[in-house]
Amino acid sequence: MHIPDGFLSVPTVATTYVISASGLGYSLRAARKKMGEKHVPMLGILAAFVFAAQMLNFPIAGGTSGHFLGAALAAILLGPWAALLIMACVLILQCLIFQDGGVLALGANIFNMGVIGSFSAYLIYSMTTRIIGYNRRGMLVGGFAAAWASVFLAATACSIELWASGTSPISIAFPAMAGWHALIGIGEGLITTAVLGLVTVARKDLLAMERI
Amino acid sequence: MKKMRVKWWHIALLLCLALALFSPLASGSPDGLEKVAEDKGFIEEAHEAPFQVIADYMFPGIANEALATILAGLIGTAGIFVITYGAARLIRLGKDKKTGKPVKQE
Repeated sequence: MHIPDGFLSVPTVATTYVISASGLGYSLRAARKKMGEKHVPMLGILAAFVFAAQMLNFPIAGGTSGHFLGAALAAILLGPWAALLIMACVLILQCLIFQDGGVLALGANIFNMGVIGSFSAYLIYSMTTRIIGYNRRGMLVGGFAAAWASVFLAATACSIELWASGTSPISIAFPAMAGWHALIGIGEGLITTAVLGLVTVARKDLLAMERI
Repeated sequence: MKKMRVKWWHIALLLCLALALFSPLASGSPDGLEKVAEDKGFIEEAHEAPFQVIADYMFPGIANEALATILAGLIGTAGIFVITYGAARLIRLGKDKKTGKPVKQE
């Protein structure tokens, strides 16, 4: 879902850069307050996993592929501000070194996949586990719902940016983006719940880290 | 001499690097956004990047595409770990300076 340069207008570029930069600034402050010794390797590992997993595009349908985002997994394990920090690190590296996502579109990509992805997932996960209970079932149902929604809402934000930039009318961009990403979101949900399940079995204590 | 204990994240990092080895198997089809841009006729508006380092996850100058992709994946995975771990370490050091608490080493 990495937007290349050329799709977004100057006002959209400027707006998304301002929002993402402020969000990132706040996430640094939040991290400075709460970062514990155990958080340090966890941030590094989640970023490495997100990068490696994002390379593995999986085919969905009609000659289209999707890839894991990882914002939901990071937000569930470490909290939304830490997830934003992780996603921003990954997206900046992908943009500058791997030419995945435009330099001008970086603000929008951090906004969609970092801000929208992390916070929507965290909200939905918190609500679901509150309703079902903070047990294995609540965690997996909440994890799947949060992961699916994070991809769907990030794609929705992307379609709004395309519309605001005059690249594609919302009546065309939104159904097309929402349709494909409703399918890609299922893959996101499966990967997220698989990793959460693995962490539950292998290192349950890592689930109890303070959220940032 | 202090013996180095294997920690959970040493194994996790190896697993992430192993995951990068599978990168040549990734689907080459356009992703959701690219597909929409092709179908709705605005893919031509995309600009080429002004500079290229390891563009398209292929390490430059290697003829074997699978090898070029694996190398890019390993560099990226190791690189992002170092960057994010380092950033988190710096943030934590900043915190300890502020509160005056000593940095606890596990």
